[in-house]
Amino acid sequence: MAEFQLPRNSRIGTGKTYKAPAGAKRVRAFNIYRWSPDDGQNPRMDTFEVDLDACGPMVLDALIKIKNEIDPTLTFRRSCREGICGSCAMNIDGSNTLACLKPIDEVKGAVRINPLPHMPVVKDLVPDLTQIYAQYRSIEPWLQADSPPPPDAERLQSKEERAQLDGLWECILCFCCSTACPSYWWNGDRYLGPAVLLQAYRWIADSRDERTGERLDALEDPFKLYRCHTIMNCTDVCPKGLNPAKAIGAIKQLMVERVA
Amino acid sequence: MSDTRNAPHVDMLRSPLGRVRGLGSAHRGAVTWWGHMLTSISLVPLTLWFIWSMVGLVGASREEVALWLTRPVPLALMLLLLVATFYHMKHGLETVVEDYVHAAAPKFALLLAIKGISILLGLLCIISVLRLGL
Repeated sequence: MAEFQLPRNSRIGTGKTYKAPAGAKRVRAFNIYRWSPDDGQNPRMDTFEVDLDACGPMVLDALIKIKNEIDPTLTFRRSCREGICGSCAMNIDGSNTLACLKPIDEVKGAVRINPLPHMPVVKDLVPDLTQIYAQYRSIEPWLQADSPPPPDAERLQSKEERAQLDGLWECILCFCCSTACPSYWWNGDRYLGPAVLLQAYRWIADSRDERTGERLDALEDPFKLYRCHTIMNCTDVCPKGLNPAKAIGAIKQLMVERVA
Repeated sequence: MSDTRNAPHVDMLRSPLGRVRGLGSAHRGAVTWWGHMLTSISLVPLTLWFIWSMVGLVGASREEVALWLTRPVPLALMLLLLVATFYHMKHGLETVVEDYVHAAAPKFALLLAIKGISILLGLLCIISVLRLGL
């Protein structure tokens, strides 16, 4: 059955509080999920008070400041700090987003930061993405065609055909959407989830690809595709403003088109 | 028959891709989903018609209701309402179980019970309507 309480060794306790330096005027508390696989302890929420006058505007700036100046063991993924790499996806103030694109000012009161929900945690804010990467691999996210490309040119598509990929190619695989989806929480081992289905549609919609039928065959499954109940959390949280629910709807529409 | 999904020692050694591919696609779901959509859309006018008709029949005797059901349009709409309702109910409940029940035995038992009860209740309703209307 669905579980409504965390297992005993996952229940979150109260952690340490790190006070702001004396004289700090604009202080904001950051409540951050901490868990290490090495110490055998339960997870805890540590509180770090940060002087916003000495910190950049984004949540990622605060995390980097905390790691540099307060607790170097705080662990999180980050790279580009401009919403392109998708590394710093986490749950901020109850909603999945990219720490680098989330202004601290948008959060009222203490900033609660947790790892992406319902994923195994490697450490602190780092989720284990092994399964979701394997799911991405399983939809064969590359162009497949039997016709050889022209010997002296690339495969062509019209501007209209290329426009079909807008709203799809921009996905950075941060998995904010999949980990916000209740269907993915309950059946993530079999349901592919919004991020992977959006990517599947990106190849289905590509006019240069010749395996549309096989791609649809592989997705036509009560669990892989049809666990989507149009809850729309995916579209709600996507930090790139994409619409995975619409892409999943388009796949479902094509499924009907080929039987109707 | 061996269970290929739930043996933990097998799962640990399997590659993530092997685990994700699992038993492969069932190649099923499009017709079920389309049926669910069509019944949910058709149930809106059918339910409104049913409420409107029942309001009109408040205080009617059993004979008057039976007489109303002998007319082809009410009988046809009533049968459509019943088929759509029980089809929709069956698939809706099955979806709830597939979503939330993960242990194999209770899941299988519940899915069987839902199928059986939906078909039985649907048949009972259809037979009752036909007995009144034919």
